[in-house]
Amino acid sequence: MKGAGRLYAAVAAGGFRRYATYRVATAAGVFTNTVFGMILAYTYIALWDERPGLGGYDQAQAVTYVWVGQGLLSVVAVMGGGFEDELIERIRTGDIAIDLYRPADLQLWWLAADAGRAGFQLLGRGVLPMVLGGLVFRLALPGDAGTWAAFLGAVLLGVLVSFAIRYLVALAAFWFMDGAGVQQLAVLAGLFFSGMTLPLNVFPGALGELARVLPWSSLIQVPADVLLGERTGWALLRTYAFQAAWAAGLLALGRLIQSAATRRVVVQGG
Amino acid sequence: MDTDTSDSGITTGTDGRDGALIRLDRVEKVFDVRRKTGFLRRERRRVRAVDSISFTVSRGEMVGYIGPNGAGKSTTIKMLTGILTPSGGHLRVAGIDPSRERTRLAQRIGVVFGQRTTLWWDLPLVDSYRLMHRMYRIPDARYAENLDRCVELLELGDLLDVPVRQLSLGQRMRGDIAAALLHDPEVLYLDEPTIGLDVVSKVRVREFLRDLNAERGTTVLLTTHDLSDIEQLCRRVMVIDHGRLMYDGPLTGLHEVGESERTLVVDLERELPPIDVGSARVVKVEGPRQWLAFPAAQSAAPLVARIAAAYPLVDLSVREPDIEAVISRMYAGKTTS
Amino acid sequence: MADRQQQRQRQRQGAPSPGFERVGRSRLMDGLRAYRLIAWMWVRSTMAYRASFAMTLLGNFAGTALDFVAILLMFSRVDELGGYGLGEVAFLYGLSSAAFGLTDLALGSMDRLGGRVRDGTLDTLLVRPAPVLAQVAADRFALRRLGRITQGLLVLGYALTVVDIAWTPVKVLLMPVMLVSGAAIFGAVFVAGGAFQFVAQDASQVQNSFTYGGTTLLQYPPTVFAKELVRGVTFVLPLAFVNWLPALYVLGLPYPLDLPQWVAFLPPLVAAGCCALSGLAWRAGLRSYRSTGS
Repeated sequence: MKGAGRLYAAVAAGGFRRYATYRVATAAGVFTNTVFGMILAYTYIALWDERPGLGGYDQAQAVTYVWVGQGLLSVVAVMGGGFEDELIERIRTGDIAIDLYRPADLQLWWLAADAGRAGFQLLGRGVLPMVLGGLVFRLALPGDAGTWAAFLGAVLLGVLVSFAIRYLVALAAFWFMDGAGVQQLAVLAGLFFSGMTLPLNVFPGALGELARVLPWSSLIQVPADVLLGERTGWALLRTYAFQAAWAAGLLALGRLIQSAATRRVVVQGG
Repeated sequence: MDTDTSDSGITTGTDGRDGALIRLDRVEKVFDVRRKTGFLRRERRRVRAVDSISFTVSRGEMVGYIGPNGAGKSTTIKMLTGILTPSGGHLRVAGIDPSRERTRLAQRIGVVFGQRTTLWWDLPLVDSYRLMHRMYRIPDARYAENLDRCVELLELGDLLDVPVRQLSLGQRMRGDIAAALLHDPEVLYLDEPTIGLDVVSKVRVREFLRDLNAERGTTVLLTTHDLSDIEQLCRRVMVIDHGRLMYDGPLTGLHEVGESERTLVVDLERELPPIDVGSARVVKVEGPRQWLAFPAAQSAAPLVARIAAAYPLVDLSVREPDIEAVISRMYAGKTTS
Repeated sequence: MADRQQQRQRQRQGAPSPGFERVGRSRLMDGLRAYRLIAWMWVRSTMAYRASFAMTLLGNFAGTALDFVAILLMFSRVDELGGYGLGEVAFLYGLSSAAFGLTDLALGSMDRLGGRVRDGTLDTLLVRPAPVLAQVAADRFALRRLGRITQGLLVLGYALTVVDIAWTPVKVLLMPVMLVSGAAIFGAVFVAGGAFQFVAQDASQVQNSFTYGGTTLLQYPPTVFAKELVRGVTFVLPLAFVNWLPALYVLGLPYPLDLPQWVAFLPPLVAAGCCALSGLAWRAGLRSYRSTGS
């Protein structure tokens, strides 16, 4: 058990290091996040000028939301592009059969790798856009360490939910010859329902209610709300429970599908 | 930059003045390995990947170009194909300056990159050939004729309608070689053409190249790690290391330069102490089997006769020298001198 | 064989050397021809996975439509954004999206160049008898990108039905000119971005922030943004000529910077200038690759 823990820690560290080697790509990513943050921040300012207090946010909160979103975009991999490309490739080439004979658990293995990636993205791509945004705009960032800690907790659960979703997407490659279509759908759903395109509390009526209970809200909207001080006390616990429930449910579904897929591989002889 | 105006492209015959199809004269390639120290980029380390190399290859030759990784092999090939611009010296392929007239040269050379297929992954093999047909503007009759020939000799008939992704490595390599030859190139560059291939595919590829060279007179320059490629194909070998041409001549001469040795493997009736017969020395003993090294230039017959006379011989075989070892010995000699 | 070559040689020597312009034009024709050939191969490759193609086409359409859905959602809560109504924003959006869509269709895989440099597959393009730019531009040509153009044109169509425009012949003529010039300006950004990847192979994202970022910026009214930003995209990276300046002339709305009205007719000139500059950048990039091989 202790050995297994050490194994996954090593895998996670490997995931971290792997992304850390792409320094130019990281800098380029920060640049892109900053450019998009700029554009969105101005449009939100115009929007909140028109309707102050829209969705329960004031203007500073809305602008802060933009920069939190840009910071988290790669951490929770809203657009994909994490481990799943590699996993899909292994499924397509049949190398997955080798992985199934490894003494490590397939899902935990990739989770550890993805956690390492997310850890690096949080430091490498999460912090700087927010700092740069703070230089140009007035942000509503919390002053107390507690809120920041609560935010990190929500991000952690967000990464877990994101992983669980992308794991399902990757497993679809067992059934679809070319996984690009499924991946694209997942990215679309992620962009829209995470709150990346527009905060979910701005969505009108039933669409808003639906968006807020779907798993993707755990990726951007929920952590942003926690940071903006919208979820405290019991509400914070309920928020965590919401995220954790989605994570647990989707991870379990992933295991179920994984075992079905494994049987397929075994039957086909790899 | 180029002061030798009398030999610039237009005025030279296609083959140069002395029948050389490829001519390199003190060609250099210097890379700047940049180290950023602020905005002034003065901090540079110069690496001579190719250091004043001169050689000529005549039409119809088949030359092996070998050397360890990073020796400057692929840099040379890249300059010969017009991918890289030389930093100095004079270079002509079929009378063309490759770096200046890259696209014109492309019509007259064929290139096969061993590990990177240029075939279209998701399309039937024949579609890649149709693209070559049009991209190289090959006349229809020539195309049909060349394709037929390649299909026959490389045994591609059953594969033409198969998507490339479903081909084996060996089939793909044969497919790539055909793709590089449809436009009748005068020179064919092959970069590791047999890497990763099974024995049957290797034999087939080598046979094809030999025929191509013999029947069509296509000049072939190949880099390889597999020395049996060279043994079986090339009469001439060039060895490069640290950007310099270390050897240029026949394969047999390479053995002499490298003081190479052949090995006689002797199976005796029983385990015996190391055989002692003057000119050969025992390098290994394993049960009743012994390995004896002797100079490659020397005949094995007298040695065998002497052993047979003095020892209970069951079986024997002669192993040709390992050229890799020869080359490394050669390097060792050059660097110490 | 040798005879044939000598003959060719003689022909070369005898023929008068072709003028620079003729060489230039034939290179352009060569490039377009190679582009067509390679693009067609990619189209056929994607057709090997028909179902997947249909799905990605739909996805491309839906993905770009998402931007507009966000704008619709905004306008479900407000009537104006930066002083512009939904129809006017849709007009800007449709023009920006359609122009960008054209470029994306034509040059959409320029951001893969860095990867090709890194894994060495660029070399396989350099030994072909066709301009490298044409080959790189046609790389992974994908008809699914028609989704974005379609979506942009639909929004533009919607805008034209709801916005009250005082049409004149000049304004009518300006519409297609705007689309083509806009696509060319975006194209210049793509090519310059490609050239930059010769130097920094992992920096394809930087290009994306100018291309995708640019089209996103242009989808919103210029009044929304800070003056310095508007100045930047007018005078430094002249994206404002893709749609803002000419579109505002068509709409009869003022531009936030003090500029004479005739700037609305500059897009073709600006596009030509941008293309020339990015062409130079490309040549410099390719030259640096061919001298460093990295």
